[in-house]
Amino acid sequence: MVDRSGVAPVTTSLLSRVMVGVLSLLAIGGCVITLAAFAYGRNAARQAYDRLLLGAAQDIAESVDIRSGAPVVDIPVSAFGLLALATDDRIGYAVHGPNGALITGHDRVRQPEPADARSAAPVYFDDTMQGEKARFVTVLRRFTERDFSGTVAVTVGQTLRARQAMAYELTRGAMLVTGLGGIALILSAYLVIRSAMRPLERMAEELIARDPYDLTPMTADGPAEVAVVAHAMNRFMQRLDRQVGAMKNLISDTAHQLRTPVAAIRAQTELALEDAPDQQPQRLERLVRRTRSLGELLDQMLSRALVIHRADNTPPEPMDLRDIALRVIEEQDHEVLAPGVEVELVIGDRAVMVMGDEISLCEAVKNMLANALRHGRAPIQVGVGIEGGDAVIWVGDAGEGPPEEVLSRIGQRFERSAASSGNSAGLGLSIVKSVAGALNGSFRMERGASGFRATLALPLDTSGEQA
Amino acid sequence: MRPWLIAAVLVILRATGSMAQEAVAEFKSDTGVPTTQLLVRSTTDIEILAPLLQAFVTATPTIHLQYEQWGSNALYDDSLAACERGAAPADVVFSSGVHQMVDLVNRACAHPYRSAATEALPVSRRWRDEIWGITQEPAVIIYNTALVPEDEAPVSRFALLDLMRQPESAFTGKIATYDVETSGLGFLFAFMDSLEATTFGSLLEGFSRLQAVATCCSAEIIDGVAEGRYLIAYNVLGSYVDARPRRDVGVILPRDYTLFLSRTFMIPKQAAHKREAALLLEFLLSPQGQTMLADVNLFQRIDRDARPLPDSARRVIPIDPKLLVAMDRHRRQLFVEQWRTTFAAEPQD
Repeated sequence: MVDRSGVAPVTTSLLSRVMVGVLSLLAIGGCVITLAAFAYGRNAARQAYDRLLLGAAQDIAESVDIRSGAPVVDIPVSAFGLLALATDDRIGYAVHGPNGALITGHDRVRQPEPADARSAAPVYFDDTMQGEKARFVTVLRRFTERDFSGTVAVTVGQTLRARQAMAYELTRGAMLVTGLGGIALILSAYLVIRSAMRPLERMAEELIARDPYDLTPMTADGPAEVAVVAHAMNRFMQRLDRQVGAMKNLISDTAHQLRTPVAAIRAQTELALEDAPDQQPQRLERLVRRTRSLGELLDQMLSRALVIHRADNTPPEPMDLRDIALRVIEEQDHEVLAPGVEVELVIGDRAVMVMGDEISLCEAVKNMLANALRHGRAPIQVGVGIEGGDAVIWVGDAGEGPPEEVLSRIGQRFERSAASSGNSAGLGLSIVKSVAGALNGSFRMERGASGFRATLALPLDTSGEQA
Repeated sequence: MRPWLIAAVLVILRATGSMAQEAVAEFKSDTGVPTTQLLVRSTTDIEILAPLLQAFVTATPTIHLQYEQWGSNALYDDSLAACERGAAPADVVFSSGVHQMVDLVNRACAHPYRSAATEALPVSRRWRDEIWGITQEPAVIIYNTALVPEDEAPVSRFALLDLMRQPESAFTGKIATYDVETSGLGFLFAFMDSLEATTFGSLLEGFSRLQAVATCCSAEIIDGVAEGRYLIAYNVLGSYVDARPRRDVGVILPRDYTLFLSRTFMIPKQAAHKREAALLLEFLLSPQGQTMLADVNLFQRIDRDARPLPDSARRVIPIDPKLLVAMDRHRRQLFVEQWRTTFAAEPQD
């Protein structure tokens, strides 16, 4: 499966790990069942053969008769027939009189302690018979005759071969069934686990077969767990794809945007070298303007790259748009762009919460403000509010705004005209659009009665209020 | 002169009173140098087993076989003493007192042995792999063919009962059987009869009415029938009759049922030469051994009989713990008392 990729998998496969788990569970279960089966078998054998013993003892007890004042035992063959059912076991028996004297039977068979013998119930006990372990039972029979009164104790025992054989047989039978069941379980567990693992394998195969540069989404069918993984991978790949795309764009934009100003600077420098000395200050001033413009362009491009990067990499956090507006104005970048121009802040006393990235939003608002300062007419206003259920942050001026044909294509990735003129307005608005797109918002520019207004609208975050 | 008699180095009949054995013989190979002395104690007459034993030592020249012939009760006492009181044990005990042998095994006096040959024995002829029934000998009715016409000879116990019911029978005082008190074998046969069928009570009654004679020994009974002292003898071991062929003795396998006795082979737990004892067992169970046993009439092949017994009439005395009942003191006492009452005419001791 994985091996054919040539990537040596050092760790064991999931299938083998699960199978090892299942096997050890089964092994433990098997051990428990074996012990239980053996205990059960021994118990069953003991009960079965104890009944034989009891039957034989009662048979013999029945055969005790009193003749001329003494107990006489006419041992029935059936008693020994019962005992002979345990084919290979030796037999011991003894009939004891009231004083513990042996009436008939084997003198080596022990009578149980008198304490046990008081009860009328049969008394089972373990003992040995010529050094071999044996099981005995004692049955009492009370006589109250004219010439004999007292208790006759019949003790019958036999060795344990048949019991052990039966316990062994029962255990073996149980083991056989358990073993077959275990094998069936292992087989079916293997098949079930394999089929459960199949989507993972398929995904692994698909990943291995995939071109490393292929970032298109994978099919996300199969069970939920696998779909989640596939989905997560797809998201990851999409992000990667976007970032790779953004990087490509940045490089091509940068190359494209920088080519003209750099060429212009070089031309101005070459001219400055050839110029007459009296024209040099003027030339140098032009060169300085060009260089500053280039610096601004670079700033814009880097901040746009930053915004696009952050949009993909920074989880949005709840924040107040009023803070963004305040921060932009407090940073006083506009003082550099347009010294002396007053910027008015129009905010309410209620928080306007959105989910967003502070740096991206600041960049967007800065660009909107810079645009207004550069092209608009005073007074310039920066405002925050709620319009139509959306949180909005806007920058307005008293001017007419750009011409209609410029407005329609403004905010595209780059504009040759803007770039070639050393003007970065188009790039700035494209940053705003990117931020709006990353935060599920929109960007619009409109001409109103009071002048031109650029608005960034974002979904209002209501979670904080509900909480 | 038969060759085995030459090989039998020494035969002492009726040994000195201090010894319990009745006769002793030794067997060894003509050629080999014996290294092991194998002591066999048996109830079987030396003359009967001699050809087998000679064949055995010829096949196994390292064994010097010492054979002692014992009475079954004495052999039981001796084996028990060896087992429980450490008296000198034999290497092999081979006895017709099956109930006594079963008792010895039940007292853990036997050494287990297992082989393909012993496993092949039917279950009724082995117990615990410690005791094996080697022979198959019927308990038969014999009669004097000169004095009893063949059509009058009882072919079953029922016929015998009918015969004994006739008033003023010619058989009064002329019927013999083993005395259960002195003959272990007689006790075993009578005891098995008492378990087998209800005819036993009637038989005892008949014996009582006709003043049947209870006597100790096979030889005495067979000779008595041959000489006409007895007309009919009941429950005689067939192999002994065959071993002493007489002109006027007819043999009947009772057709209601015939008891078959299997002489038992045991290796005592304390035996010094268990491996060699097992060799003798293997020899006796081998095809050669079985053929030789059949030749000396110790293995009655039922299927070869001219008038085969029906299957249901064959009663092999099974070698199993049920025979222990026959060894019970009280049971035996009650049985003997019943017997004595029957033979009250006989002098009691």
